[in-house]
Amino acid sequence: MKAFLILEDGTVFAGTSIGAAREVISEIVFNTSMTGYLEVLTDPSYAGQAVTMTYPLIGNYGICRSDMESLKAWHDGFIVRELSRIPSNFRSEYSIQQFLIENDIPGISGIDTRALTKILREKGTMNGMITTNEHYDLSVIIPQIKAFKAAKVVEKVTCKEKYTLKGSGLKVALMDFGAKKNIARSLNERGCEVTVYPALTTAEEILAAKPDGIMLSNGPGDPKDCVSIIEEIKKLYQSNVPIFAICLGHQLMALATGADTHKLKYGHRGVNHPVKDLKTGRVYISSQNHGYVVDETTLNPAVAKSAFINVNDKTNEGLEYVGKNIFTVQFHPEACGGPQDTAYLFDRFIDMMGGTK
Amino acid sequence: MPLNKEIKKVMVIGSGPIVIGQAAEFDYAGTQACRSLKEEGLEVVLVNSNPATIMTDKDIADEVYIEPLTVKALEQIILKEKPDSLLPTLGGQAGLNLAMEIEESGFLKEHHVRLIGTTSLTIKKAEDRLEFKTTMEKIGEPVAASLVVENVQDGINFAAQIGYPVVLRPAYTLGGSGGGIAHNVQELEDILANGLRLSRVGQVLVERCIAGWKEIEYEVMRDGAGNCITVCNMENIDPVGVHTGDSIVVAPSQTLSDKEYQMLRTSALNIITELGITGGCNVQYALHPESFEYCVIEVNPRVSRSSALASKATGYPIAKVAAKIAIGYTLDEIKNAVTQKTYASFEPTLDYCVVKLPRLPFDKFITAKRTLTTQMKATGEVMSICTNFEGGLMKAIRSLEQHVDSLMSYDFSGLSVEELEEQLAKVDDRRIWVIAEALRRNMEPERINEITKIDLWFIDKIQIIVNMEEALRSKPLTKELLEEAKKIEFPDNVIARLTGRTENEIKELRHGYNIRAAYKMVDTCAAEFEAATPYYYSCYGSENEAVDTRPAKKVLVLGSGPIRIGQGIEFDYCSVHCTWAFKKEGYETIIINNNPETVSTDFDIADKLYFEPLTPEDVESIVDIEKPDGAVVQFGGQTAIKLTESLMKMGVPILGTSAKDVDAAEDRELFDKILEECKIPRPQGHTVFTREEAIKAANELGYPVLVRPSYVLGGQGMQIAISDEDVSQFMDIINRIQQDHPILVDKYLIGKEIEVDAVCDGQDILIPGIMEHIERAGIHSGDSISVYPAQSISESAKDTIVEYTKRLARALHVKGLINIQFIVCGDEVFVIEVNPRSSRTVPYISKVTGIPIVKLATSVIIGNTIKGLGYEPGLQKASPYIAIKMPVFSFEKIRGADISLGPEMKSTGECLGISSNFNEALYKAFQGAGINPTKHKQIIMTIRKEDREEAIDIGRRFEALGYKIFATRGTARDLNNAGVHAVKVNKLEQEAPTLLDLLLEHKIDLVIDTPSSGVEHAKDGFLIRRTAIETGVTCLTSIDTAKALISSLEVAHAKEFQLVNIAEI
Repeated sequence: MKAFLILEDGTVFAGTSIGAAREVISEIVFNTSMTGYLEVLTDPSYAGQAVTMTYPLIGNYGICRSDMESLKAWHDGFIVRELSRIPSNFRSEYSIQQFLIENDIPGISGIDTRALTKILREKGTMNGMITTNEHYDLSVIIPQIKAFKAAKVVEKVTCKEKYTLKGSGLKVALMDFGAKKNIARSLNERGCEVTVYPALTTAEEILAAKPDGIMLSNGPGDPKDCVSIIEEIKKLYQSNVPIFAICLGHQLMALATGADTHKLKYGHRGVNHPVKDLKTGRVYISSQNHGYVVDETTLNPAVAKSAFINVNDKTNEGLEYVGKNIFTVQFHPEACGGPQDTAYLFDRFIDMMGGTK
Repeated sequence: MPLNKEIKKVMVIGSGPIVIGQAAEFDYAGTQACRSLKEEGLEVVLVNSNPATIMTDKDIADEVYIEPLTVKALEQIILKEKPDSLLPTLGGQAGLNLAMEIEESGFLKEHHVRLIGTTSLTIKKAEDRLEFKTTMEKIGEPVAASLVVENVQDGINFAAQIGYPVVLRPAYTLGGSGGGIAHNVQELEDILANGLRLSRVGQVLVERCIAGWKEIEYEVMRDGAGNCITVCNMENIDPVGVHTGDSIVVAPSQTLSDKEYQMLRTSALNIITELGITGGCNVQYALHPESFEYCVIEVNPRVSRSSALASKATGYPIAKVAAKIAIGYTLDEIKNAVTQKTYASFEPTLDYCVVKLPRLPFDKFITAKRTLTTQMKATGEVMSICTNFEGGLMKAIRSLEQHVDSLMSYDFSGLSVEELEEQLAKVDDRRIWVIAEALRRNMEPERINEITKIDLWFIDKIQIIVNMEEALRSKPLTKELLEEAKKIEFPDNVIARLTGRTENEIKELRHGYNIRAAYKMVDTCAAEFEAATPYYYSCYGSENEAVDTRPAKKVLVLGSGPIRIGQGIEFDYCSVHCTWAFKKEGYETIIINNNPETVSTDFDIADKLYFEPLTPEDVESIVDIEKPDGAVVQFGGQTAIKLTESLMKMGVPILGTSAKDVDAAEDRELFDKILEECKIPRPQGHTVFTREEAIKAANELGYPVLVRPSYVLGGQGMQIAISDEDVSQFMDIINRIQQDHPILVDKYLIGKEIEVDAVCDGQDILIPGIMEHIERAGIHSGDSISVYPAQSISESAKDTIVEYTKRLARALHVKGLINIQFIVCGDEVFVIEVNPRSSRTVPYISKVTGIPIVKLATSVIIGNTIKGLGYEPGLQKASPYIAIKMPVFSFEKIRGADISLGPEMKSTGECLGISSNFNEALYKAFQGAGINPTKHKQIIMTIRKEDREEAIDIGRRFEALGYKIFATRGTARDLNNAGVHAVKVNKLEQEAPTLLDLLLEHKIDLVIDTPSSGVEHAKDGFLIRRTAIETGVTCLTSIDTAKALISSLEVAHAKEFQLVNIAEI
């Protein structure tokens, strides 16, 4: 079946429908990683977005359920150049085509994804529609596309009830703003008992459980939309519990402590971003997925100092909080997909909490 | 860390002559590194014995020495030039080994030269089998279980422990001879016993067999601060068991999930960190296809063939970055030259699929086994880029320059299904064609995977191609079908063949539907950042992003495709220099080429680079977009010349000698007419098509005759025949490939072979020098030792040569370069071949005469005159130096190849010896070629009757140098009768000990075996020569070469060489 991707600037790409045949309007972003499409599809941070994979051959190794970073796929849509006809990998359970249908994700294949990426690079992230309706009327739908704004995405992706991953060591409270599974797994593997809390849990409830440390997870959307969460984080900041935050968690902590965030032109979504640890001068390749960034010029040096920067565009990639046991990073040390080069940060968090019990 | 200020003068070692396993990639890496060092203001001293390289140009390095890559030469150069640093990781294994040798001897320390790039400790950890194993065990990286054994029982015990099958690798046997895979005790006993006998040190490595696992490679960079990144990973379609150089390789990996990808990536970073490498490194893995189990196969602590491929596949200049790291920079300080926005610490990401195919030399070595093993056999490779794998494969196939354009090009349709299964089990260079045929017969992909272990994903892609063949054959050619076919890169001529139309009809249909190639950019970042470097590949069904430029003058330079025997690195040298010359003249330059190993495909040589096949259709698609003002074909060897006619049809003017005149030189009848008009004699000959005509012609001329196809390269298919049987056999061989042009049968003349390159501006000619071949006519010019200036011909013969060159150049209206080969018998001069294009000898003559021949030729092509450029026409004054170009062979790598020399070229590369003393130049040239038969001082001579008289003199001279001579019956008798002491040894069919036993004792330095000519080359001789080669013994098959060798050995005692700085010529 034919499908069309219509951008809010009026550009139309014609391709073939994949996954669910329903129509969808969403924000269109691109991801440059060459492997890890399943991790991307199941990363809750993509809720409210349709993702274009810049690598043209997707689905080659099928679907290995154990690689899923959450229980389901969150994308509004999936845009590829070509889906593999067959999956081939010893762990593959079924094809990506089936997975998309099973998860009710609409998509389009057979389009020039590089041309699309160039548009997003030049004009910035924008909204678009994926449709199988050949008789679309641009004058009607473009205003609709433009009007789209993802709302309350964190509430959509967070867990409904708290749950615990047993462990014999330190107790970590993980705030689930749309957490990738590997965050909890990375802590759990280091012996931690991880309790995962829904995003709207109050600070009081978390602190009452007397955790050894608090982990603020990644998540989707504009951080400034998380008004009530920011209020709770302010309280967590005041407590003296060690805190480690990733991605959205990092942005929320910055907002909670008086700094500002802004939207990047087209974001960082890929697994090849070099970040520099300003303390050691060492450069690591990191997995990234963010459209917003902490504005370094708004940092209060008495509160937070830049700890990591992106080598390419020099934007902020991590903060260390003055006089506090708090550090936060914009990138993803839990990887999945992507390089494991910064997994050592979980060890650092363990040390901050007083080392392995 | 910024530039290390203590580094001021850096010595760079090249990799020497092109041999199998060490090709043009090191010229590319070395050239890039030298330029990168020079741009930092450092002084660069370059040493390489290979004169055909770009790195040995005086524009690339400050001081250039084309000297043998030996400890002696290197030490002398260090003493003279006093560099403070030595960069050893750019010259392949050869350069690395040499650097290690002088480091370990303490010479570097003594003369205050530091090794930069990587320490000797690192190199040892990576290269020494045992140290490597220990290091890997220390950091928990698995290697395949292995043990070195010295007797059969130990081998049996170890195999019982690790389980069958096991791989056996005898230590120190070249070409992996004596090794193999044993599936049970019986096989183990047989192979191991033989391997122990063949090994010079009596050791065989017994290793767990991981054949059939996926072979995955990572290219990793690390800087002095410890920052690491991976540039690229690659997946070999051929599972472990085939050398990666002979495998079909795809980048990035296709069948690995992120978990596998990251697992191996992390491992590679751990390894490079533990080894402490500063620069580039290649790590090869075997990955179990059905689990996460993996083994590290090998680590190369230097730039390599794979790193050249990774550089071209991603746009990330590994050699350049490695050089910057060596002098102190960290990855985050080095700008990404492609984007100008990102840094070298940004891992490239691809938004296309790269396919590399090896170029194997079985068209040259028809007796050789086509089997692919862990011993590399390819002479070169081609790379293609497309948005899908099928397209990448189809483009790579037609880039090979071996008469293939699709998966239908080798016909296996005659095989039964059972035979196909057997054929699939044979790992050879035609396996993908066999898979295609098996799929056409509806063999289950799972069955094919079971036999070949090739991943189902790749088999499915071949299935898609096969399905498209069938669709084109059976369905109406709709717009949609044509679009699909073009998306997976079916060329028009193949579509035409399948649909029963003409190529032109398909093209017109395509244009009617507006189905045209679009060009995408290789930018290291999948379009995330804007890129500044126009490096393009084609695809269909996409938006074109090639930047439309309309400069005043735009020229298309056609490259020379894969490195193969007969068309080596010298044509890349010419293409690059031509591009630079055009650039200087204000032209916008465009290069089309598909060889990832070369300098010409580096992103900053031409203004635009199209990484594409060199077929008329692929070129035309580019021409449609670029609309160049002209094209140059005379520098890209036969590959480019072949495109002349098509370019003219596209309306692209050919700059320089016109197509009509190129044709006249190749067309026998036209050429004969020109010779007649010019009053130039040539050996008598006829053109024929059939075997019968050939035999008739041969008898008319009288034997011996030379038989060869016209329009060929490197004497392909050329043979000397002495009988009707020979002629008939050769004709059959030539006609295996359909001939578009007639076959030539010429009288074979015995005389001095002379070669001349000249620049002609249509009026005047400039001859930089006259070269003379050491071997008499009958041996291909590329396989002969070439001496400049000619030493043994008379002044009057020289005058005649100059005069004939002038007449021919004018008659052919040459504008640019011409290469002519002559035979001189006394004062008589005959023309045997004319090529109105650049030749193999151009780089070497440019360097030794100091005349920039390609630059001159390019200026002339643009319209300048020789006089206008400040040169006096005619033969230039001879250089005070004698420069000797020595062919270098890779026979030990190709099992079953006959090494005897003849009119068909067999050498893979060349080196140079230069000195004002003839014998010293010869000595250096032999040293450079690795011919140094002085260890045991024992030689074997088996000489045909015609050569015996000269052999006696040679024997006498060897004896005078203290050599012991063994000889077969007739040769021994004649030597002894002449007073030269020779020990008679038995031929193979006689009782033991025979000649073969003598060779296997590893106490022989040299075999001089001149085979009788004709097809009837005794099996004996063949076996002797092969055994010599496989046991690492030099074997000469021409009496002239032997004479030159003894002359050179007579000066070997000299303590010091004369060093010639090429940059000062």
